[in-house]
Amino acid sequence: MSEQPLLAVSGLTKHFKPSTFSRGPVVRAIEDVSFEVPRGTVVGLVGESGSGKTTIGRSVLRLVEPTSGAVRFDGVDMTALPPSELRRQRARMQYIFQDPFASLSPRMTIGQILMEGLEIQGMRPREARVARAKAALAAVELPADAFDRYAHEFSGGQRQRIGIARALALEPELIVADEPVSALDVSIQAQIINLLRDLQQRLGLTMLFISHDLAVVEYICDTVIVLYLGRVMEMAPAAELYANPRHPYTRALLSAIPEPVPGRAKQRQVLVGDIPSPANPPSGCVFRTRCPHAAAACANTVPPLDNVAQAHRVACIRREELAGLA
Amino acid sequence: MTAETPATVRSASKGPWVRAWGRFSSNGAALAGLAILVPILVLVISYPLWWPYSPNDIDLRALNQAPGPVHWLGTDGVGRDILARLMQGGRISLTVAVVSVAISIVIGFLVGAIASFGGKVVDNGVMRLVDLAMTLPPVIFLLVLASIAGTGVAPTIVVISLLSWPVLSRMVRARLLELRERDFVVAARGMGASLPHLLFRHGLPNSIDILVVYATLQIANAILLEAGLSFLGLGIAPPEASWGNMLNAARSTVVLEQYVWQWMFPGGALVLTVLAINFLGDGLRDAFDPRSDLN
Repeated sequence: MSEQPLLAVSGLTKHFKPSTFSRGPVVRAIEDVSFEVPRGTVVGLVGESGSGKTTIGRSVLRLVEPTSGAVRFDGVDMTALPPSELRRQRARMQYIFQDPFASLSPRMTIGQILMEGLEIQGMRPREARVARAKAALAAVELPADAFDRYAHEFSGGQRQRIGIARALALEPELIVADEPVSALDVSIQAQIINLLRDLQQRLGLTMLFISHDLAVVEYICDTVIVLYLGRVMEMAPAAELYANPRHPYTRALLSAIPEPVPGRAKQRQVLVGDIPSPANPPSGCVFRTRCPHAAAACANTVPPLDNVAQAHRVACIRREELAGLA
Repeated sequence: MTAETPATVRSASKGPWVRAWGRFSSNGAALAGLAILVPILVLVISYPLWWPYSPNDIDLRALNQAPGPVHWLGTDGVGRDILARLMQGGRISLTVAVVSVAISIVIGFLVGAIASFGGKVVDNGVMRLVDLAMTLPPVIFLLVLASIAGTGVAPTIVVISLLSWPVLSRMVRARLLELRERDFVVAARGMGASLPHLLFRHGLPNSIDILVVYATLQIANAILLEAGLSFLGLGIAPPEASWGNMLNAARSTVVLEQYVWQWMFPGGALVLTVLAINFLGDGLRDAFDPRSDLN
């Protein structure tokens, strides 16, 4: 991988501070997250609710201003761009939202929604915008007559297709898909996931795929990053991660995937308790409060993200001792 | 795919305005409002063409005359024709109300927009100013403003619009603060949208219900404010006619009891107009909301 990655996130940190007039703890949503997304690949971000997945996704597009760290898109640091440059860069990366009912304006026709970004980016004449929007509509396999209708006339799955078409209309290089299927029925989920995968392969898109569904992530992603409480626990190529998980948290997550074949029940590792508050994270390893293998030392040192194999990195100080388990 | 296609393709070819009209015209009250308001406007605008008397002509042979074949709506204490004054008063009152509401909507929307999109510091600063404007006792504020601005149509418009924008700016701010976090607005930002784009493509259309409701209530309020100001001698000064200062004739017991036509017609016109505008406002609000098709 000598080529420069399309997206390189380094030391990304986001703390949400309480407002000037109220007292309250600082919420540490993400803490020192670094990863790379090579061109044409799909990187998955997985974790429970509150693990900082969405904050990372939005920081990449600078929809959230990171507290510190750098987001390099095609070599350019997004966090240091002046507004005019930022506008041009933003056309090259697009976001797909989780909730297809909130992400489409109820007062615009589908055509207007699809052409909005083109208008913002100054694409002229109008005919060119219409043509591009109709092409995007066709790419997501929606009928052309959807163009003049409103979002509320469509079902959840169709709306999510419109959301994808809106992202595609700008012909971006990077797509950040924030739980694009978790609000949909299971039968529709498969359609949307297949659509995303086809589009990704056909258009050579680079994608940051955020999800809490490990089965979906395994299907679509090349590399998977496991997050817990805003920190990276483990990252590895998808096949490697699923075959050989090294972090106790990853193992617990994988053991929770439902087994489609009855009777082949595997040993479950059920995590007890809830994810701790990001306003008051545990010392040392943040996972230690729920880790079945936590030792006294885990409270003292923040585990570094070490290489254990080719492109496989784990943040656990006891990983050698635990290698034989599971 | 076929399972997902909606069964109805009914409105696919119609434009948004056609559909808005369809929703509007299915609302009986709104149509009634329109049916009342349009004739009133036509009459008020066209009266010099079909009525021989002008509002300030004095007919000394017909003082306090009851409605009859010559003066259809009677005359007032100095022999001026009530119908002519009613029409002229309608022009003045509606002009004052509509223009002052338009101005206060522009000010209120922009202040609310600046507060909600300007960041925490700007928001706090602007909202404290709004609080200050709202805590001033309205009557005293009106008197001070009016004594500075003077009497006449333009000063009255200025005074009324300066008094009425703070409430609207609060409502707009609340709506835009909520809207700012909605995914489709975040999406627009993600596509590089500028502040004017966010405000006028997303903020304005999604605040239209607030603005229309505010406008309809405020037009009624502005007509009444104008009447109050005129009563205090600070609004529309005689001999110029307005519905407000015509109504004030009723403060004399003699007029109130014996010359009923002198206050009943402007009063009736005021009530009818305000009612019609309110019905119209309701219909407009529903017509602008594409989701109301579902109900």
